[in-house]
Amino acid sequence: MSTLVFLEHHGSSIQKGSLGVLSKAAAIDPDTSAVLVGSGVAGLAEQAGKYGAKTVFVADGEAVAAPLPQPRVDIVSRLVQEKGFGNVLFAASVLASDVAGGVSARLDAGLNWDLNDLAMDGGALVGKRSALGDTISADVGWTTEPRLALIRAGSFEPKENGGSASVESIGTDLEDFSSKAVMVEQLQEQASGPSIEEADILVTGGRGLGSPEGFQLMEELASAIGGAVASTRAVVDSGWYPYATQIGQTGKVVSPKLYIGCGVSGAIQHKVGMQTSQVIVSINKDPNAPIFDFSDLGVVGDLQAIVPQLTALVKERRGS
Amino acid sequence: MKIAVCVKEVPDPGPNRRIDPGTLKMDRSGDRSLNAYDLNAIEEALRLKEAAGDGEVVLVSLGQAKALDSIRKGLAMGADRAVLVSDEAAAGSDLVATSHVLAEALKAESPDVVLFGQQATDGDGAVMWAAVAERLKMPVVSQISELEVSGGTITAKRQTEFGYDRIQAPLPAVLAVADSLNEPRYPSLKGIMGAKKKPQDVKSLSDVGVDASRAGEAGSRTTVVSLSPPQGRGDSRKIEDDGSAAQQILDFLVERKLV
Repeated sequence: MSTLVFLEHHGSSIQKGSLGVLSKAAAIDPDTSAVLVGSGVAGLAEQAGKYGAKTVFVADGEAVAAPLPQPRVDIVSRLVQEKGFGNVLFAASVLASDVAGGVSARLDAGLNWDLNDLAMDGGALVGKRSALGDTISADVGWTTEPRLALIRAGSFEPKENGGSASVESIGTDLEDFSSKAVMVEQLQEQASGPSIEEADILVTGGRGLGSPEGFQLMEELASAIGGAVASTRAVVDSGWYPYATQIGQTGKVVSPKLYIGCGVSGAIQHKVGMQTSQVIVSINKDPNAPIFDFSDLGVVGDLQAIVPQLTALVKERRGS
Repeated sequence: MKIAVCVKEVPDPGPNRRIDPGTLKMDRSGDRSLNAYDLNAIEEALRLKEAAGDGEVVLVSLGQAKALDSIRKGLAMGADRAVLVSDEAAAGSDLVATSHVLAEALKAESPDVVLFGQQATDGDGAVMWAAVAERLKMPVVSQISELEVSGGTITAKRQTEFGYDRIQAPLPAVLAVADSLNEPRYPSLKGIMGAKKKPQDVKSLSDVGVDASRAGEAGSRTTVVSLSPPQGRGDSRKIEDDGSAAQQILDFLVERKLV
């Protein structure tokens, strides 16, 4: 048994999620290594030793500088085949998910995703995930090696264990088709502005608002109930509301006392950012919206009618 | 331009969905429909075809034979035809098996673009495109919120954890679109009536050149070991607005001391 953890980095640091998965892997399998792919990343490799990697394999080169998945599929697959790793673990992200999917097909290796815990059962890796809107918890396994796993963001905290890694350089040869997609530009977003992480109540507007003007309804309800306004990737992508208010995998992770979703479908990308909210109320005109799977109170209806009524009722109740 | 859209029939979300404790498989006996996020992929395919002035949009799926009832919605929106791989030996296919079957079915179509929606609502999966692209040896771009196609090259914008990427790739390519990319059209009455007459090929595994050992449980590499009893949100409620929804929400919030 041996385990490889895919490390994702941004700028001059390894992502916290990757280090969390590495810490967990080292705790359940002492024979854990890591792989780091990018340009000028050799200096980051030693960081990983502190979190339990025995060896950090580094593929360093201009050809793999951009954070695109397919070059990483080539490198990780080759490393897994050469060294015979039994488990290959990824902290879920936009990049890591595509890498994991590609490696799964390249090696015909089983991939379990959205795992929130890992355990060893008699030497075999067992993954834990919730399913069907968190109404059921499943133990999942693999029938062959290597076993690939994508771990839900925030499942494990990084823990330093005082170790140190040996660093081993590996090649960056790529398949022709793996270098066809190229990064044209990367635009940083400033996540400044009002903090949705601090608010006890979040009124969240999604694509179902229909237009940017729909956020006025959100702001009125938030003001009446004493909460802040949050948003989804779909509306931020569409330019309706600022990135700083976005909940989800590529936004902020929140756990307010009350989450009210209006016109939010409940995509997994959004759900991972708000599923620990204490109470979830959702309004959506589509009875098949996934958010109804994990709402305490789900309302199928027209938010344009319901939200103003609710705002008025809340104002009346609070005497304002 | 020939565009293939990979689509999937899924069980409707809601409290009636369950996993059969005997088989550890999803109980597929309830109401089913086309995966909602696939509608964005179908819409984009129709727009690409319209922009190109000619071409074909083909829906490609793996599922039960009756999945055609759901897939027909895509034909009603305007897709030209559907290919459904349906075979008892394909039941229980995981990512490894499904991506192999889809890739073989797609190879027979030789599309310029293969489109996916951003996730499946049943298993919360969001990786199939990467596996299919690998098997087709095509470039892949996922989570696309803006897409331009010009002169055999696509340019896509997408959001990551750190901001926005702009990525270019030559065709043929596999593209997974975000739900922010477009607003799926509603099928017209004429579209719905016409859908029944559009070609709908149901193929077996051998029809698409897949050995039964590489599909279904035999071709899968993952398994469900055990299930624990329901946890978490126990007494969730879903109501239809009859004009009193706002009052019901307020009562619920007052009961929970949230207002």
